[in-house]
Amino acid sequence: MTVSHGFGGRRRPPRSDLPPGQYDAGREWPVLTAEVTPHLDPQRWTMSVDGLVDTPTTWSWDEMHALPQSDYEGPIHCVTTWSKFGMTWSGVSVDVLLDAVGVQDEAAYVLATSTTGYTTNLPLEHLRGGQAWIAWTADGKPLTREHGGPVRLLVPHLYFWKSAKWVTRLTLLEHDQQGFWEVNGYHDLGDPWREQRYQGD
Amino acid sequence: MTELSTTPGSAASAPAGGWRTATVRKVTHPHPRGVMLRLEVPDRVDHLPGQHYVVRLTAPDGYTAQRSYSLSSSPDDPLIELYVERLDDGEVSTYLADEVGVGDALDVRGPIGGWFVWRGDTPGLGIGGGTGVVPLVAMLRHARHTGATDRLRLVAAARTWDDLPYGDELRDAGAVLALSREAGRDGRAAGRLRPEEVAPLVEGRGDGWTAFVCGSAGFAESASALLLGLEVPAADVRVERFGPS
Repeated sequence: MTVSHGFGGRRRPPRSDLPPGQYDAGREWPVLTAEVTPHLDPQRWTMSVDGLVDTPTTWSWDEMHALPQSDYEGPIHCVTTWSKFGMTWSGVSVDVLLDAVGVQDEAAYVLATSTTGYTTNLPLEHLRGGQAWIAWTADGKPLTREHGGPVRLLVPHLYFWKSAKWVTRLTLLEHDQQGFWEVNGYHDLGDPWREQRYQGD
Repeated sequence: MTELSTTPGSAASAPAGGWRTATVRKVTHPHPRGVMLRLEVPDRVDHLPGQHYVVRLTAPDGYTAQRSYSLSSSPDDPLIELYVERLDDGEVSTYLADEVGVGDALDVRGPIGGWFVWRGDTPGLGIGGGTGVVPLVAMLRHARHTGATDRLRLVAAARTWDDLPYGDELRDAGAVLALSREAGRDGRAAGRLRPEEVAPLVEGRGDGWTAFVCGSAGFAESASALLLGLEVPAADVRVERFGPS
């Protein structure tokens, strides 16, 4: 480690809920996407759960909204080092979808796919137990296009590239299959508290 | 890493390097709000044009902050070159712009990223806004070094000439320059990038043609919309967004 003399940093009051190497972005919400932002018609969008499940199922926008809703309140953490605190998100818990399709015993990983073809991989255990949502509102407003609207995956305890924008499919797998950023050098799990930004961290 | 076709046009694995202690070899301030740093990286993993590095600063009490910066240097350059825009409230960029001098040591990590890269063997169009031209300059330099300049077309947009890093180099390379708030030296009236200025550059796209759009979120959005308006498929457009939204 090289000490940079004269470097003091922004010196916001330290907060215990800020993972290592992150800074508090305050009110800002930067946009990071590697693709052209799509225009998604909610009435044409569907959400599917398939792979190692008993009953592969597809829900329409209206069917998703008829499922029990739940909220997440707390921070999100981007691998580019900003964190945003005090957010409120609403949607459907991934647990609701998994219970509906019946998860098979061999399923251990999930590949999330967006309408754009973007993919990201996660261990199944990190999508269960009230840790993940299919979300369509943020801070009480419909999710905007640049932030993944009308609907995105929300897995706030992992770096935010895992929360696939414009999500349309969760595929349950026996083995881990790397997604878009993971193929390009980013971490397979992405736990901010262990600072798992890149492969090998 | 496994190569998977998980997305349309998914990239083959790109080089990646770990933490190194770099030595600052040159510091220049080409623009009032920009600093160009040239660094010597020991045991360097050569990058591909478009990849970035992370710079990490550590205060004497152990506090750290890190940010990502695109490289403007080509892989054949013995040094890596970063162009950093000084943000008034940026804790890393202000230090890099105001405090760093020749001979200083900096912790860096890279190269990183395998999506926004141009290997020089396929036709490409780069559209950069402001400091978004930085990775395009790496592509340009790589094209010059490998004799592939006929495969790369460039568009550089900025508010004013002073907001455009590497302006002379881009102009000399034949880039289309679009200044939104002042007239260009070529007589172009002030105004945003227009579709008819880009249309000739997307004609006759060959196999593997890719557009690289880099800039602020707002610029990336308008430039990619402009490309889609010219009937460029979204799958052929790769985007790098940065800065506050």
